Amino acid sequence: MQDDVVLTMRGICKYFPGVKALENVDFTLRKGTIHALMGENGAGKSTLIKVLTGVYPMDGGEIRIDGVEDAIVIRSPQEAQGYGISTVYQEITLCPNLTVAENMFIGRSRKSRVDWKQMEKRSGELLQKLGIPARPKQQLGNCSLAVQQMVAIARAVDTDCKVLILDEPTSSLDDKEVEMLFTLMRQLKESGVGIIFVTHFLEQVYAVSDQITVLRNGQLVGEYEVRELPQVKLVEKMIGKDLEDLSSMKKKETVLDGEDFYEARGLASTESRPFDFHIAAGEVNGFTGLLGSGRSESVRAIFGADPVTGGTVKVNGKQVKISKPLDAMKQGIGYLPEDRKRDGIIADLSVRENIILALQVIQGMGHPISRAKAEAFADEYIKALAIKTASSDTPVGSLSGGNQQKVILARWLLTHPQYLILDEPTRGIDVGTKTEIQKLVLQLAEDGKSITFISSEIEEMLRTCSRLIVMRDRNIVGELKGDELSQERVMRTIAGGGE
Amino acid sequence: MKKAKTSKFFAKNAQLLIPLIAILLLVIFNLIRDPSFFSIGISANNRGDPVLQGNLVSILNGASELVILAMGMTLVTAAAGGQDISVGALAAIAGSVFVKILKGGAVTGPTVLLAFLACCVAAMLFGAFNGSLVAFFRIQPMIATLILFTCGRSIAYWINGGATPTVESPIINAIGSFIPGIPIPTPILIVIVMGILFGLVFRFTTLSLYVQTVGINQGAARLNGVNTVGIKLLAFIILGVCCAVAGTIGVSRLGLINHETLLINIEMDAILAVAIGGNNLGGGKFKMLGSVLGAYAIQMLTITLYAMKVPSTDVKAYKAVVIIILVVMGSPVVKNSMSRFWKKLKRNHPAGEKEVA
Amino acid sequence: MRKLFALLLVAAMIFTLVACSDEKKPEEGGLIKVGVINNPPSESGYREANVNDFIKVFTKENGYDAKFYYSIKNDEQLSTARQYITDGVDYLLISAAETTGWDAVLKDAKDAGVKVFLFDRMINCDKSLFEAAVVSNMANEGDTAVKWLLDQKLPEYNVIHIQGAMGSDAQIGRTGALDAQFAAGTMKKVVQQTATWDEAEAKKIVESVINSGEKFNVIYAENDGMAKGAVAALDEAGITHGVGKDVVVMGFDCNKWALRELLAGNWNYDGQCSPFQAQVISDMIKNLEAGKKIEGLNDAKQIISVEKGFDAATLTQADIDTYGLGE
Repeated sequence: MQDDVVLTMRGICKYFPGVKALENVDFTLRKGTIHALMGENGAGKSTLIKVLTGVYPMDGGEIRIDGVEDAIVIRSPQEAQGYGISTVYQEITLCPNLTVAENMFIGRSRKSRVDWKQMEKRSGELLQKLGIPARPKQQLGNCSLAVQQMVAIARAVDTDCKVLILDEPTSSLDDKEVEMLFTLMRQLKESGVGIIFVTHFLEQVYAVSDQITVLRNGQLVGEYEVRELPQVKLVEKMIGKDLEDLSSMKKKETVLDGEDFYEARGLASTESRPFDFHIAAGEVNGFTGLLGSGRSESVRAIFGADPVTGGTVKVNGKQVKISKPLDAMKQGIGYLPEDRKRDGIIADLSVRENIILALQVIQGMGHPISRAKAEAFADEYIKALAIKTASSDTPVGSLSGGNQQKVILARWLLTHPQYLILDEPTRGIDVGTKTEIQKLVLQLAEDGKSITFISSEIEEMLRTCSRLIVMRDRNIVGELKGDELSQERVMRTIAGGGE
Repeated sequence: MKKAKTSKFFAKNAQLLIPLIAILLLVIFNLIRDPSFFSIGISANNRGDPVLQGNLVSILNGASELVILAMGMTLVTAAAGGQDISVGALAAIAGSVFVKILKGGAVTGPTVLLAFLACCVAAMLFGAFNGSLVAFFRIQPMIATLILFTCGRSIAYWINGGATPTVESPIINAIGSFIPGIPIPTPILIVIVMGILFGLVFRFTTLSLYVQTVGINQGAARLNGVNTVGIKLLAFIILGVCCAVAGTIGVSRLGLINHETLLINIEMDAILAVAIGGNNLGGGKFKMLGSVLGAYAIQMLTITLYAMKVPSTDVKAYKAVVIIILVVMGSPVVKNSMSRFWKKLKRNHPAGEKEVA
Repeated sequence: MRKLFALLLVAAMIFTLVACSDEKKPEEGGLIKVGVINNPPSESGYREANVNDFIKVFTKENGYDAKFYYSIKNDEQLSTARQYITDGVDYLLISAAETTGWDAVLKDAKDAGVKVFLFDRMINCDKSLFEAAVVSNMANEGDTAVKWLLDQKLPEYNVIHIQGAMGSDAQIGRTGALDAQFAAGTMKKVVQQTATWDEAEAKKIVESVINSGEKFNVIYAENDGMAKGAVAALDEAGITHGVGKDVVVMGFDCNKWALRELLAGNWNYDGQCSPFQAQVISDMIKNLEAGKKIEGLNDAKQIISVEKGFDAATLTQADIDTYGLGE
């Protein structure tokens, strides 16, 4: 093994019934580098990580790690930890009701007696060393998500860590928090830890990584130095075709002065401050702002997802009362929630049942959709949206994230809504699907539907929306349309003081 | 093609395997022990009517209340993600109301119907009480129903005052025992009616879809317009009706209400039936047929133990052993390793697969 | 919401406590002050009769100022006993929920000059701490019943024995005598199974014997409800029972409805554990008040209640009215 290499994986194979999840994949991690692992959903990133951490046994290949003579076999996450391979997952797996110090040390000692004083002292030192803004005695649940993520990392690296795996660590953080996390990552890199960084955010890869390994369909595409691989090339390698599709997509100039389909004055919910809002038929607009700026809360208020506390609402010029989701649905409004796992899918139910759910609810309890009809609906949308599922009977929870998102989209499309609210429909899904969803949005607008779109990726918003409502600190701070729609202008409005 | 269909059928109904295997094992065990165990005969009862006799009849008959309660318990479990431990007490209340009204005057067809409707209403009200604690106040079902579990039998006592009031009437006898001229015990017929009723409700309403949706992901259910509070409440009210039916059967069997012993401890058996039926006690997807089979398995076990003359002091221990085996068999760990074993077997013997096809 | 609910529960508990601990009445001259601590009447038909018996005997007309308290919880009973002592009762009558834990309270009573009578259940304590205990000898009941059964001189005895909840006093007392006969071989045990006082379970047990085709001619059920369950199984199977019929039916408790079955000849025998202890205690109190000593106690300072057993052949309506429980 070369001196600077800490981990090599050679010819890794992993088969699931009917699927070659990994075939002959090589991966090399060097000391003191950040190595991004990229690929679309289903490319094999997660599988490779799970093989490395002993969650799955591998069906072929060898793993070598610095400091061990022979190839090693990792049978469990505990064994992986023993070899100095630590993982921090997307979902925080710590206990929010314990203190920071307890979270960093609990379950790691075999001794039954814990020296609390010592523990607090050590965690204090470690937090300071890594520059994590948390106190040992603070309850973890009171820290921001970013700090919680950092505590999880601190816990991972404290155990003589050679390889640190970060699996989508930034997906629920805002830009400032991401930057904090990157600072920590760079610091760890300086200290010689090799970091495997799995993410969907291309910009972040370029901000922090040294190398990139790209996987596609379970096979290795190649390993590249970051500075030698432009972003466009990376995307091409990930999806395996060039990007004409994306660049040829053009936003239609939608009618802004048409009849308002929906209009709200002083609309407020328990979670959002009063605001005015309107959308015309055939219009695509969007709420933008940082995470936590109140953009999601605003669209939730439109749909009646949180208890409405005030304001008047008109649909098609007629005053209506929307105090719960069913009211909105009956007015032809659909809502694709931000957190699809928590608020969207019914994981154990079949794709079919998930697709017909909203339509069924609108029809009412006494009018069940017949099995044959449901089957037909499901097949229609599985085909139309190219949902990858074994059958319409498959539990939706077993689908990949992008396909789950499509199922929820299908659910709302089936109700033939006049107005569709899409909150982060493209988060955590691969580039190909993203494009499809954007195309679909524009298609719907062309058909005269109204759409409100929220995305963390401003480019995406600019591509689709003809009007952007900018929010900061739970207030609407600006509205941009026409020529004002540029990335720079949006950023300045979000940041404030630029006007 | 055909094979694909059958294997799909098995995959969808895999959870029924555990109760079916349990019943099958008990059947085999009993046939070895006593080949005449399942013989059925017809003889005249003391009223001179021909009636069916035999252990099989006893099992089907004796399990009736349990089966009906297990049906309702399945719904509550699926919707609320927890169990109602007050079903025995609620059945005692319902039975007491039934007897109270019948004791108010002559026992005739209309008064029996009135009494039954009244006890249904009472049980639905108590069910709604439980349901509102769970759905509206978001108290864990076991804690919420602990209230009625604790005081329900006292309430049953207050309704009639006396300890064991009795009602004698051919109509009551017809409900709890046999309708003259029909050799099948009436409780079995009532179970069939309840099964058909549930079948119709599932066929002509979306109750099943809503209950599962609420049980799996309450937040998502709400955002899709499902009235989550209403569905949970409804599940408890339906269970209330089940309690009323079970209580009425229980009272009618002997024409007597003993508030302390009527369907005593049946809540545990009902929960167990739901579990043996392969249903997730944490809520979500359910198969009512599984619970029904589970209930019959439990009853068959009880009757088997009686037939074996197991000493009184040991009965519970024997029951516990069998239940441990069943519950472990249905546990995720065993299920997973079984399915792995099954796949391995399939891979190693592709020829055998062909034969099946 | 949860907190609010918890608060409501606590409030309800406090309310019931307050409601139970009667308001103080003005002192009335000449009345003997008695505090009765018993188990709640809803416990069983037996308890209901027992509670009513005390209410009937300890009245103003009979010269008593009586307070009553019912709980199945020992600690609640204990704190009420303390309260009664503080209230200055003359006599404390106790049927304890549990046999232990009473020493301190009984000593307090003694120090305060409160005389204690136990009824129905004994307490594990020094016998100097109470005046007398009026209790049943459960074994007596079984003996009386089995003796009656032997007196029937049946050609053979094939007995289905349905037991109560295993380990309860009544079950042990009612099982013992029959077990002795099984052991001696004078009677054959067809089946011996517990139905834990559950009527429906008793029916299932008898059904299973009928289904197995085994011969039997006696049903010995340890309470009336279970006997009724057994009889229901016989009825469904077309087996006759009662006076001069195929199967002898025996029950216990003497509920009025059960005695009516006897009177109709459907059952043969019903035994009773006497719930009527109030008059005996009242007589003793009157003796003490008159300065006389209590007589007729055994070594353990007990008076054993007389147990009754009724034969369908000799039972009269008057017996039902006098001794029957319930309605």
